Parts: sequence; C-alpha cells; structure tokens
Amino acid sequence: MSAITETSDHGHGHHPGLHHQYEDMAQQTESYIVGMWVFLTTEIMFFGALFFIYTLYRWNYQLDFYIAHEHLDWKLGAFNTTVLLFSSFTMVMAVQSAQLKKRIAVMNYLGVTVLCAITFLVVKYFEYSSKFADHLYPGVNFATDAKAAFGEHAFEAGKLAVNMNHAQLFYGLYFCMTGLHAIHIIVGIGIIIALIRLWFNKANSVIHDYVPTEMVGLYWHFVDLVWIFLFPLFYLMPKPH
Amino acid sequence: MSSTVITTDGLLPKPQAEEVNYLNVEHTISSWLLTGDHKRIAILYLISTTFFFFLGSVAAGLIRYELTSPAGVALESDTYNKVFTAHGVIMVFGFLVVAIPAVFGNFVLPLCIGARDLAFPRLNLGSWYMYMTGGSIILAGMITGGVDTGWTFYTPYSSMYSNTQVSLVLVGIFIAGFSTITTGINFVVTIHKMRAPGMTWFRLPLFVWAMYATSLQMILATPVVAITLLLVVVERTFKLPIFSPELGGDPVLFQHLFWFYSHPAVYIMILPGFAVVSELIANFSRKRIFGYHFVAFSSLAIAGLGFLVWGHHMFVSSQSMYESIVFSLLSYLVAVPSAVKIFNWTATMYKGNVRLASPMIYALAFLMIFTIGGLTGLFLGSAGSDIHLTATYFVVAHFHYVMVGGVSLAYMGALHYWWPKMTGRMYAEGIAKANAILIFVGFNLTFFPQFIVGYLGMPRRYHYYYFAPEFQAYHIMSTLGSSVLGLGFILPAFYLTYSLFKGKKAPANPWGAHGLEWETSSPPPVTNFLETPIVMDEVYDFDPVSEHAENMKALEKAEQAENTSEGQH
Repeated sequence: MSAITETSDHGHGHHPGLHHQYEDMAQQTESYIVGMWVFLTTEIMFFGALFFIYTLYRWNYQLDFYIAHEHLDWKLGAFNTTVLLFSSFTMVMAVQSAQLKKRIAVMNYLGVTVLCAITFLVVKYFEYSSKFADHLYPGVNFATDAKAAFGEHAFEAGKLAVNMNHAQLFYGLYFCMTGLHAIHIIVGIGIIIALIRLWFNKANSVIHDYVPTEMVGLYWHFVDLVWIFLFPLFYLMPKPH
Repeated sequence: MSSTVITTDGLLPKPQAEEVNYLNVEHTISSWLLTGDHKRIAILYLISTTFFFFLGSVAAGLIRYELTSPAGVALESDTYNKVFTAHGVIMVFGFLVVAIPAVFGNFVLPLCIGARDLAFPRLNLGSWYMYMTGGSIILAGMITGGVDTGWTFYTPYSSMYSNTQVSLVLVGIFIAGFSTITTGINFVVTIHKMRAPGMTWFRLPLFVWAMYATSLQMILATPVVAITLLLVVVERTFKLPIFSPELGGDPVLFQHLFWFYSHPAVYIMILPGFAVVSELIANFSRKRIFGYHFVAFSSLAIAGLGFLVWGHHMFVSSQSMYESIVFSLLSYLVAVPSAVKIFNWTATMYKGNVRLASPMIYALAFLMIFTIGGLTGLFLGSAGSDIHLTATYFVVAHFHYVMVGGVSLAYMGALHYWWPKMTGRMYAEGIAKANAILIFVGFNLTFFPQFIVGYLGMPRRYHYYYFAPEFQAYHIMSTLGSSVLGLGFILPAFYLTYSLFKGKKAPANPWGAHGLEWETSSPPPVTNFLETPIVMDEVYDFDPVSEHAENMKALEKAEQAENTSEGQH
C-alpha cells in the first residue's frame, strides 16, 4: 500500500525528503533546480558589474594594465586553476555518487573538494602577501617607484611607461574581484562541510534526495567558472600594440 | 466560480465553533517569528513596512515644514540634507520596493495560484529577517549621524568627501537588497512550479503576471546595485579605488551602474501597483479584463524595456549627445506598454458593472494620478525639455506622482481589497471611501503645485529659496496638502485596527470577486485550501452564462452530497 501512495501524485509527505508545500518529489526537485539557476543568474549580474568595470578600465588603460599584471605570478594562477578544475571534477563525482546513493563515496569526494578549496585559499594567501610586501595594495602606501615595483617591465623602449595611478586601479580591481571570489570560496567550504555533516548524520533531506547535493554542486561549479574568467583576465594578458 | 462559494455556503450546514485558520492556530510570539507560513510572514511585513513608512513620512513632514518659508524654518542646511536623504532612503528601500510584493505578493500570490505556500518558506522567512536587519542598520546609521548624500549616493561625494554614516547605511541597503532578491527568486519558482492543476499561464490573474515581471527585475537588477553600493563601501573602508577620479577612475560609471538598477527599480515599485489595479478594476467592473494578453505581456515589456532606459537620468551627466538621443527614444518606448495598460483598464470599465467600493476608488485615483505621472515622465524623457527641468521640483513632483501616487494608492487599494481575506473582518466602508477621496485630494494638493514651482525653477534638495520668494505660495499649498495626505494615511490605522476588534465577520468572498483566493475561507486555513483546488474556468470569468452554469453545477454537487449522506443513514 505504501508503495502505491509513494508513486501516486498525492503522496503528501510520504516520501521522507518531501516538504509539505509540494505535491510530489518531481515538483520539489524541479522547484529546487529552477530556484538554484535563478539564484545563479543573480550571481552573474552581481559579478557582471565588476567585469564591466574591469573591461572599461582595461580598455582605457591598456598598457598600464599590461605592465601592472606582470607582477602577478601566472604559474601560481595556473596551479590554482588546475586545483579548482580538479575540485569541479570531484564535485561531479560526489553528485553522481549521491544519485547512486553511495554515502561513503559522497563524503569522500566532498572531502577532497574541500581540501582543494583550502589549497586554493592558501596559494591565494601567498599571492596576496607578495603584493602587500611590494606595496601593491592600493591606498596611500601604494608603491610610487615603478622600477622597484615592476622592474624592467615598467619600461617601454627605455622610457618609463606605466602610470602608477592606473596600476593602482588595476590592483584595486584585482583585490576586489579575486577577494569577492575568495569570499565565495569560503562560503562554498562552509556549505560543503554542512552537506558532509548531513550525509554523515544520514539526514533524510540528502540521503533520499540527491537534489540538495546537486544544488551545492551547481554553486561550486559557478564559483569555479568565475575563476575560469578571472584567471586569463588578470594573469594572461597579451601585450597591447 | 466566485459565486460557487456563496451558494454552497447557504446550502451546507454552518460550522458551530470558530474554524482553525492561520491566525488562531497558534498564539505564541515564536510561532510568529519562526513561522514558515507565507500569510504570517506577510503580516510581519505589513507591520514592519508600516513602521518604515511612518518614519519616512515623519522625515517628509519635516521637509514640508522647512519649506514653508523662503529662508527655512527650523533646520540647518546639513540637517536638511540628512532629513531628505533619510526620507528617500527609508521610503525607497524600506517601503516602496518591498511594500506590495512582500506584503500582498506574499499573502495573495500562493492563494491566487492555488498553492499551499511559496516554494521556499524558510527562505521567505529569511527574507524578512534580512529586511529587518538591513532596515535596522539603516536606522542605526540615521540615528548615529545620518547621511547627507541623497538616496542616490553619487560618487565621488559619497566615496571620498562625505563624513557621514555612508558605509553603514550602504551595508544596510545591501542586506535589504538581498531580501528583495530572495523574494524575487521565491516568486519566480512559485509561479513556474507551484500552480494548481488547471491553472495555466493564461488563466493566471494579472496580479500574478505583474508579480512575475517584478520578480524578474528584482533578480536581474538588484544584484547590480548591490555590488555597486558595496563598491562604494569598499572604496571608503578598504581604499580600493574603483570610481576614484584622482586615479583615472570614472565617477560617472557609478551613475550608470546605479541607474541600471534604479530605473528598473522604478518599475519594481510600480509594476506591483499595476498588478493590484488590474485585479481591482476587473473585479469591481465584474467584467473580464479587456485585452488580458496585452495587459499580461505589457508587464513583461515594461520589465524588459525598463533595462534599456537608465541613461535618461544622466542627460546632464557628461553623457554624449548620441547616447542621450538613443536613451530618449527608448524612454518613449516604455510609454507604450504603460499606455496599453491604462487604455485596457479604461476599456474594461466601459459597459462593465462598476461598483464604487473603497478599493475601486483607490484604483480610479491610481488611474488618474498615474496618467499625470506618466505623461510628465515624457517631458523628462525627452532630452531637450529635461535639461531645463533636471534637478527641479518638476522631477520631484513627477516621481512622487508615479511612486507615491502610484504605489501607495495601489497599496491602500490592495490593503482595503484583501483586508477581509487577511483578517477575516470587514471595515467600515463609508469612512474608507471618504478616506480614499481624502488621500486623492491631499495628494494632488501636495504635488501638483510642485510641477508648477519646479517648472518656474525651484531646485530640488534646497531648503532656501530667498532668491524667489514668490514660490512660497506654492510651497504652502504643498505643505497644506501634505497635512491632508498625512491625515489620509493616519485614519486607516484607526478604522482598520478598530475593525479587527469590532468589525463584522468577513464572508469568504465579500466582493463577489473572481479568483482562487476568494474560494477559501476568510482568513484562510493554514494550508490555504483544505484540498488542492482544480481550476476549471477562465480568469475573470464574469460571463453571466457560465456563471449561471457554475451555480447550477454547485447546486447539483450539493444536492448529490445531501443524497449520498441520506443514503448512508
């Protein structure tokens, strides 16, 4: 009998993961997924304004941005990109394991994802420290000596070619955008740890329904995707003509 | 459909004890503050938005009092700046943007589509807490020194020079903005996925269509202003240069980003007004709305075009002439869907069975006032005349006609229309009608003189006008009107509260209106409907033939029920 009511459309609350406002699991699943994508749309608009500002200023100050970007270590950036891409892969595996109801595998994959995220932040910490050490954090203490800050890169055909004010704009955007991204990573770590806890406690909301795990996955992929845009924009600039 | 309930009410035996509804199911404070019920959250919002509206009105009263004399009356210039900023910030972010969606959208939208609740009840409660947190932070900023930038927070004044509580207030607005975003997400998912069986898209009441358009704008525009305002905070506190002109940054970029949100925000405020007025006009004319599809899609058109017109706020902000021309043309385009609505509402009333109940009077007042507000918007949307009118009281009068006249009249209309549903009590109809007329008169007396004095050259945000003492007559008229308007907003607090205790019990459908929310009892049970409704008829189906058929069907059903119960004995 219970098997029949579970499959029928009016199984109010019979599925252990079903919330009271929904008719059935299909409706709940679709609502969750639509909600998550709409939320990600707001996130795109949120970051979009910053990407717009970046585009405008880089368009205005091409050479200054190019010279300023030379201080960023593209190797560390590339390493971080790989780490995040790998974490995306483990997240995919976690979602698949959730669909297959392999509880231990889910927790393992989510654990690796968290480790990747922490690795990313540690590398970011060293990158930020080197900027602070070289007075590249904007403000009154911002480096005034272009040669000390950027070495031979600051020169173009023997002449000093960088306007330190515009370099300051570049680093303003750098700290702003990567900082906002880092905040998203930190929030992501929190959410994933909460999810691991739910799986660990065998909570009904996750073990009978893979959708919450998938939603965390969507969020994590979004955070990775933002970095996929940030990395070339800040670290891999071609020399302007 | 609507009269179904009335007929069956007469036939079925009356329940003896008071029914359990969402209001009397639990009485503890925590049952209110931790509720997931959209109806209770709507009541929480009703109380809190009223509180912010009151604070904003006090600031407005101070402004009007100050302007009665060409040399000012009571306030220092600094204080005056802080007062009009407080008025703008509290009214826009604390009342206008949230009022109709969060109160009536929350309460009515799930009922309208036959859902048990919004898609994400806990997120909904979270929205209210974010709103209250944001609002409290804004108030803390106002109390600990205030802000003198105006509600627009233009850089570089806000980011570099202002020594007031700009950061604190901006953080408050940022948090309140997230409350709007989450409400928008909740509504979009609910409308997409939670409709009752048979509730197709084109059977949705127009209230729901306009709420959908509003939610889209909340989702797409609010994040942009959130990040923009946050960047001003970042610039002030972490010294990261974003808009700094001294480093080569572009302060006008702030205006672009700000108006990219804040022009859609105007529609976030007015579309819910349209939502309410469509309901009121169709239901109090007892006629299917004229051109249902046009009204529904005009909401979406306004939502779409609203994103393309922000430049008309910046005709004098170093924008190129060609940009101004394009933005000017696009601004004219928005007038088209707005006019479609006005014409359709008017055509709905034609040969309708118009009943001038108090909500309908508010709707009619809305029609007149919004038309004036919309048409004067065209003066401001055309670059030529705007250059003369920029930053004068003409602009002030225009957006008060649209926002105050539009939104608060629709808000009052909605409050009177759904009050019986929300509280289960009827208010005194006579005094409510008189109050609607009082607000209409007070409103026009307040803001119409501002068009004239603005055209003559009275600048906005000034509290001295000793250079033109002849303006005083207009200002005194305006202040007089604002007192009448104030009275019009205070009276409902009394007669509506009185109705809570002494009002007649409201039937399920006191207006003979058409819509699912009127098919459940007043106030509704906790789960909204005792069983999931199945929608069989078209929206606003006031056609006498099909109504008769509905009644007959209900009669038959009742008879059948009687027969079967007799058979069981």
